[in-house]
Amino acid sequence: MTIKPYTILYKEQLSASVFLMRIQAPHIAAERQPGQFILLSINHEYGERIPLTIADADTAEGSITIIFQAVGFTTKQLAQLPVGAELAVLVGPLGRPTHIEKIGHVVCVGGGVGVAPLHPIAKAFKQAGNRLTCILGARSRELIILEKQFTAFADELIICTDDGSAGRKALVTEPLQELCQSARKPDLAVAIGPPVMMKFCVETVRPHDVPIVVSLNTIMVDGTGMCGGCRVTVGGETKFVCVDGPEFDGLKVDFDGMIRRLQAYRPQERRMDEEHECKLSKLEQR
Amino acid sequence: MSEVDNTALQTQAESLLQNLKAKNFQLRGPERMAIPSQVMPVQDPQERRHNTSEVALGYSPEQAMVEANRCLQCKNQPCVEGCPVRLPIRDFISRIAVGDFAQAIALIKESSLLPAVCGRVCPQETQCQVQCTLGKALKDIDKSVAIGRLERFAADWERTQGAGKLPACQPDTGKKVAVIGSGPAGLAVAADCRRAGHSVTVFEAFHKFGGVMLYGIPEFRLPKAIVEAEVETLRQMGVELIPNFLVGRTRPLQSLLEQDGYDAAFIGIGAGLPNFMGIEGENLVGVFSANEYLTRANLLKAYRRGVAATPIVEAKRVAVLGGGNVAMDAARTALRLGAAEVHLIYRRSEKEMPARVEEVSHAKEEGVQFHLLRNAKRILGNEQGFVTALECLCYELGEPDASGRRSPVAVPGSEYILPVDAVIVAIGNSSNPLIQQTTKGLEFNRRGNLICGEDGRTSLAKVFAGGDIVLGAATVILAMGQGRRAAAAINAMLSE
Ligand SMILES: Cc1cc2nc3c(=O)[nH]c(=O)nc-3n(C[C@H](O)[C@H](O)[C@H](O)COP(=O)(O)OP(=O)(O)OC[C@H]3O[C@@H](n4cnc5c(N)ncnc54)[C@H](O)[C@@H]3O)c2cc1C
Ligand SMILES: Cc1cc2nc3c(=O)[nH]c(=O)nc-3n(C[C@H](O)[C@H](O)[C@H](O)COP(=O)(O)OP(=O)(O)OC[C@H]3O[C@@H](n4cnc5c(N)ncnc54)[C@H](O)[C@@H]3O)c2cc1C
Ligand code: SF4
Ligand code: SF4
Ligand code: FES
Repeated sequence: MTIKPYTILYKEQLSASVFLMRIQAPHIAAERQPGQFILLSINHEYGERIPLTIADADTAEGSITIIFQAVGFTTKQLAQLPVGAELAVLVGPLGRPTHIEKIGHVVCVGGGVGVAPLHPIAKAFKQAGNRLTCILGARSRELIILEKQFTAFADELIICTDDGSAGRKALVTEPLQELCQSARKPDLAVAIGPPVMMKFCVETVRPHDVPIVVSLNTIMVDGTGMCGGCRVTVGGETKFVCVDGPEFDGLKVDFDGMIRRLQAYRPQERRMDEEHECKLSKLEQR
Repeated sequence: MSEVDNTALQTQAESLLQNLKAKNFQLRGPERMAIPSQVMPVQDPQERRHNTSEVALGYSPEQAMVEANRCLQCKNQPCVEGCPVRLPIRDFISRIAVGDFAQAIALIKESSLLPAVCGRVCPQETQCQVQCTLGKALKDIDKSVAIGRLERFAADWERTQGAGKLPACQPDTGKKVAVIGSGPAGLAVAADCRRAGHSVTVFEAFHKFGGVMLYGIPEFRLPKAIVEAEVETLRQMGVELIPNFLVGRTRPLQSLLEQDGYDAAFIGIGAGLPNFMGIEGENLVGVFSANEYLTRANLLKAYRRGVAATPIVEAKRVAVLGGGNVAMDAARTALRLGAAEVHLIYRRSEKEMPARVEEVSHAKEEGVQFHLLRNAKRILGNEQGFVTALECLCYELGEPDASGRRSPVAVPGSEYILPVDAVIVAIGNSSNPLIQQTTKGLEFNRRGNLICGEDGRTSLAKVFAGGDIVLGAATVILAMGQGRRAAAAINAMLSE
């Protein structure tokens, strides 16, 4: 069995801070299913292992697509790698695949870079014969990603921006609420985005008895169920996102606990990031 | 112990060795019993609590020879009975006693593939050394022959001799063996199946090989270079090592057997899934499993601040829950990462602690504070969700139960508050559910451990298993021993 190196085959900047990359990984492309993710690291000795969703895969090319927002130390460094560079570590596909079935009307809600992990799931629900409504939200027009791709398969696409620069000036929860109250009440909702957005999507559908699946983006280390760093409380029980998830019944997730745990390394991350920026700017001055 | 003491140990050993040589190593029993047991040099506790270098420095050749001459060369070899892999203890020690280190290590390697590791981390005081006639005669198990230290010495000696001989492999058989997991169990299978001429592939989920020896047990107790050397030997023997490959997800086990042409598979995936206490506050920021804490520190090198990208909590007051090796490692790692105070909370008394005696005393010397017969009741946090304190409850030993063991009972109203900013939970593991979730036909028991026979055979044809996934949390030597037995069964099956 030979595993080819994890070479970056293609790179594109989708918005100010969001990047798309295709990475050579035929073994992952062959096995992956919607809802699954990878862990990567860009330095073998000292790198941090970060989880990113597999946004798409091309078995012919033997590649997977990742779409990520450069938010901190590792994602910013990743964004700077050129085509042809090799990642030091890439493991996947991880997590349980999304349970896809024909249930009727599915509404998929994506916020920010959460639109990327939503993409393969939404597409799979459409392919399974569901009616598909997609609601994509971002702070402003420049931050909307994958609009074209979603247009291609969604029965209805609703764009929301916080500042009204594109689509409706609204939070994603507004059209979601309207749908739940309408005659086309969804049979299932899927929400992926910042934890706060997912939390409010859950509270929006709860009174309408619409089941909702969320995909949790906790901090991870190994991704194999060994460390417990990714734990969340779901229905009063401790669950490990990497092996039990990443998708869970949104109505049961303790979002406040999860949001707190995501802050764990704020001070250190900020420091790493600042030191890094500082080193970079010194390099640029030279 | 200071530098001076280490020098004194060496001077003493040199003069003792002169005497032994003068007698041409021909001693009577009582004379051997009179040789003082050799203390292993260690780093000064006040220094070592701030560095990650190995604590125990190992015997010098002179010390090793003197210690080996304490062995009474018992006919019945009770020590061998105590060793899970039946190392020829008496015989290898007799070689060290006369300075024939090469023969000593050759004898050891017939039974153990990881002597440099086991010599360091085996719980000798409950295995080989507890059986030793000398310790019994001197009525002090601490005065038993230091079997582990001698084993370590022989292995370290070989490594310093430069490239050791590569084990010979039989001609290629054309058969393929898949080994899943690169802990001691998997590495043992890889070595033995490769020696039998099969082509072997090791699949490892992490980006580095060695399992818990690499990401769990810290550098200060088991230098990573030792594990890496073992892995390198396998590579040179022609074993294929594939990192970043999570069997069950990257590829199902069944596909390896049915599509990829593997004739046998060995599952050595370790324990995984850390247990938590199930108490209030356990999901606060600053509460970790020991696995997470140690993995960040060891594998991801989070202690190299400013170099490593992986962050680790910078706690000043740390509580560690548990009393095993894992708890000791977490506590001592916390000191090295800059904690001013480390409190170890254990529900029973020191006698019941499952940790190696040496680790307990090293931890104490380094300043870990032991709270025995205490248990965590809940973890308190501030408004931002960060840990601020641990509420503990006192226990006392109750009436002996049927087994004669006095189990601890809580003392009502004895709660007290210990201010801390991190809590590390080290109370054991359940088993990793991934292979169970993704493989049909494998039988697991209720605790999630794989069920298999003496020779590691599972309920699925061609699939064998061993190590922590079978035993629950065990030891390096037991995992390695199971690996070797499974390898023997695999080799037998493949030669049919
Ligand atoms: C299953 C899963 C799938 C994911 N898929 C994607 C994806 O497709 N695209 C994408 O851009 N991101 C995704 N994420 C989030 C991504 O892992 C984090 O953005 C990344 O780890 C940040 O690393 P960093 O070193 O660049 O930033 P850091 O320096 O570690 O952090 C920068 C900031 O981001 C916050 N942060 C850290 N980790 C996370 C996290 N896991 N989630 C949210 N915020 C975090 C920190 O609190 C900090 O404020 C996913 C996470 C999970 C668990
Ligand atoms: C902190 C700590 C201290 C310890 N101290 C001691 C000690 O002093 N003495 C002692 O004897 N024992 C000690 N132990 C116990 C000892 O390390 C274990 O019993 C032993 O390592 C078990 O070996 P193993 O081969 O079964 O599995 P492990 O060493 O756990 O290795 C399993 C490997 O399999 C990989 N893996 C898991 N799932 C998959 C998959 N699906 N696909 C591919 N790879 C996978 C894992 O990443 C891991 O590398 C300690 C353990 C810990 C955690
Ligand atoms: S392998 Fe362990 S138990 Fe066996 S002799 Fe060596 S130290 Fe003792
Ligand atoms: S029991 Fe002790 S003294 Fe006897 S052979 Fe074994 S190590 Fe030597
Ligand atoms: S990331 Fe370690 S258990 Fe999930």
